[in-house]
Amino acid sequence: MMIRALESLQLAQLAFPSEMPDSVLAPYLFVSAAMFAIGLIGFLTRKNMIIMFLCTELMFQASGLALIAFGRHHLGSDGQTFVIFVLCVAAAEAAMALALVVLLFRHRESLSASAWKELNG
Amino acid sequence: MMTSSLLNTISLPAMLSEPVGDHGGASAHLAQLAGEIGIDTGPKWILLIVFLPLLGFVLNALYAAMGNKSKLPAWTTVGLLGIAFGATLTMFLQYDGTPYTVHAFEWFNLHYGEKSIVANFSFYIDKLTILWMLFVTGLATLIALYASEYMAHDIGVGYCRFFSAFGLFVFSMACLVMGDNLFLLYLGWEGVGLCSYLLIGYFYKKPSAVAAAKKAFIVNRIGDLGLALGIYLIFVHFGTVQFAELFQSEKLHHYINSAAVGDFSAIPGQAQWIALLLMVGAFGKSAQFPLYVWLPDAMEGPTPVSALIHAATMVTAGVYLIARMYPLFLVSEHALPIVAWIGTITALLAATIGMAQFDIKRIMAYSTVSQLGYMFAGLGLLSTTGAAFHVLTHAFFKALLFLACGAVMHGFAGQLDLRKLSGVSWMKGWGIVGITMLVGCMNLSGLPYITSGFYSKDMIIAEAFVTPGYSAIGWILIITAIMTAYYTFRVFFRVFVGPKHSEPGEDFHGDDPTHFHPHAPGWAVNTVLVVLATASMLAISLAYIDKEANHGWVGSMVADSTASFHSPYAESLAAAHDGGEAMVVAGPVGTAAPGELFGMNPHEAMILIAGLGAIFGLLVAAYFHGPKGWQGLFLGGRTEASKCRMDAVAKRMGPIPHLAENKWFVDEIYAAILVTPLRVLAHIFHWFDKLALDGVVNLFGFLPRVFAWIIRPSQSGVLQGYAVSMAGGLAVLLFVVLVIVMRAGGAA
Repeated sequence: MMIRALESLQLAQLAFPSEMPDSVLAPYLFVSAAMFAIGLIGFLTRKNMIIMFLCTELMFQASGLALIAFGRHHLGSDGQTFVIFVLCVAAAEAAMALALVVLLFRHRESLSASAWKELNG
Repeated sequence: MMTSSLLNTISLPAMLSEPVGDHGGASAHLAQLAGEIGIDTGPKWILLIVFLPLLGFVLNALYAAMGNKSKLPAWTTVGLLGIAFGATLTMFLQYDGTPYTVHAFEWFNLHYGEKSIVANFSFYIDKLTILWMLFVTGLATLIALYASEYMAHDIGVGYCRFFSAFGLFVFSMACLVMGDNLFLLYLGWEGVGLCSYLLIGYFYKKPSAVAAAKKAFIVNRIGDLGLALGIYLIFVHFGTVQFAELFQSEKLHHYINSAAVGDFSAIPGQAQWIALLLMVGAFGKSAQFPLYVWLPDAMEGPTPVSALIHAATMVTAGVYLIARMYPLFLVSEHALPIVAWIGTITALLAATIGMAQFDIKRIMAYSTVSQLGYMFAGLGLLSTTGAAFHVLTHAFFKALLFLACGAVMHGFAGQLDLRKLSGVSWMKGWGIVGITMLVGCMNLSGLPYITSGFYSKDMIIAEAFVTPGYSAIGWILIITAIMTAYYTFRVFFRVFVGPKHSEPGEDFHGDDPTHFHPHAPGWAVNTVLVVLATASMLAISLAYIDKEANHGWVGSMVADSTASFHSPYAESLAAAHDGGEAMVVAGPVGTAAPGELFGMNPHEAMILIAGLGAIFGLLVAAYFHGPKGWQGLFLGGRTEASKCRMDAVAKRMGPIPHLAENKWFVDEIYAAILVTPLRVLAHIFHWFDKLALDGVVNLFGFLPRVFAWIIRPSQSGVLQGYAVSMAGGLAVLLFVVLVIVMRAGGAA
């Protein structure tokens, strides 16, 4: 196990590494899936808008992790490129979302999403 | 059939094809138009006549915007119109007998393929134009002066609005009369209609004025449609809308040649229709039967407007149109007889209504309709000279009569009922109104030799008797002349002489109704009345100027324009007398008349009959309405304002006076057979529009709402709910993809 981890480290440091085997990919995907699930569950269960926002960030990063893992797995740079974009969008979106949360809070003196329930159809 | 006999003998066209110079005057003018001379360009200052009134319109609109509260608008208008009149006079004095055009700017200049439409903002000056512009600008100046005092109770925005529309009217009238093409004529035609509408509806808070304005506008649209179609047909058939080109067109001259020998089958129906369509336009604008109904109602406008627009100038636009387009009327088999008969019917019908009215302004309105009928009869009887002369004299004396009635109306707080006024001339300050009113009444009645109205009316009546087959028109017109004298002097004997009596009307203009004193007219009104009365009397001399060659000054003006032609009868007779060496020029009346009437020359016989008829009408009016004593010519017996001998007679005449007073219920008949069915139809269309068309559109608008109503509950407002549906949807999608992939994998 130790040797394997060392091997993968060496592989990652090589300029032109060979393809990453499926067995190495799996834990990354597992972590990614776990992060996504935690984020989703958090989003669905919590009502505090800041927490919900953090949960969306968690899901973002889960997908970023999966993208990098797949990119490494297929020896392509697409995954990493995508992640850069995701980070940019996330940064912009964080600024927007937090500003929105502040505004919403000023209207209702509450961070609960259920304070805005009258925005129904 | 009458037509062909009428036009059979026109010999003008045969001459047209021959070189100019062999024949004088009338045909020479047309031939000159037809010839290679082309058209000269006139001096630019003539544009002042057109554009100074427009400047007045703009300035007065500015005064209104600046909130002017003085008589400045009136003086601006009087000044500008005075200069325009001076320019017209100069134009007249400098005119050397050759028509010319003055170019202002390019307007329509379209070319497509072989064809082109050219209609510039240019003005065509010949003697007919000058004749019309002389009295249009002259009367407009005088009436603006009158209005400066008459409208003084409305100083402020209303005053500016009045003179603004006044200026626009004169501009439009100038475009109508002076335009060198039919488009410009049409622009002016619609412009005067608009100004008429604006000024009839001047008292826009009064429902009857608003209704009258709408009525005038709508009835005029019927006529305008005819004019528009006529212009269209002229363009289609002759390929031009410019007068100079139109009257030079060889096509037209061939038609006139055919018409001269009575061969109307050689003229295409399209060309014959033109005159019929133009005629409809003329009937609308000049208030001829059956489109006359708007004019009496138009008296809701201020009196200066009634005098200028609805008596002297605008309503003669129809006469001008026919005179200007006379060659086209000559080539139409039925147009001129229809014009003659419609004019005669209108003259008689309006006179019968006028006899029974009690509102003095309305009597004058019906009298205007009736006199316009005379003008149309004159045109239809090939006497453009008579028609134009009557236009001119009528313009002066009818404006005078309206303005005198207006002075009374103004002084007695809107009182117009002749049963409630008496002896106005004897009241302090009203002498000039009384005398000038007498002059106007005498002219309208056509008292022999001493009035200008006599000469012009006589010219038309006499023409009816010398035209074969038209003596019925002559008799009707003589009967109408007797009626005219009767209703005119009925007003005079009731209102202006007799015992002094007055009851104020309802328009106090801020005066105290309980302490009302009639206020006599001021200097502006009196000056205008005196000038107009003098002009009416001086117009007699016009009948003697150039009498031998052209039948008076107006004859010489008309002879030198498109409205002239050779009088067939005069010519044939002169030919018989002089052994074919005839050089008779236009002058339909009296030069020589065929046959005899009561052993006399028909012209002189008619002078006698028409003149005696007028005196007879006057005496009848004196007997029934005149006051006791010398004021009623020792015939009358009226001692108080509201009672006269006519009352007893009217009672014994059964329903006739009642019918005539109610205008023979023509308005009601129109309402029943035209207005009501159209209104019902409009309602049907309205409901069809509302139910069927709007229904379909609303259905398409309604369907999405139904659909939205079904899916709307999914928008719960709970944020987590949306997230669950997103995640759930994603899960379902993933599951489906997974199943598909696994199946594919399984198969492989």
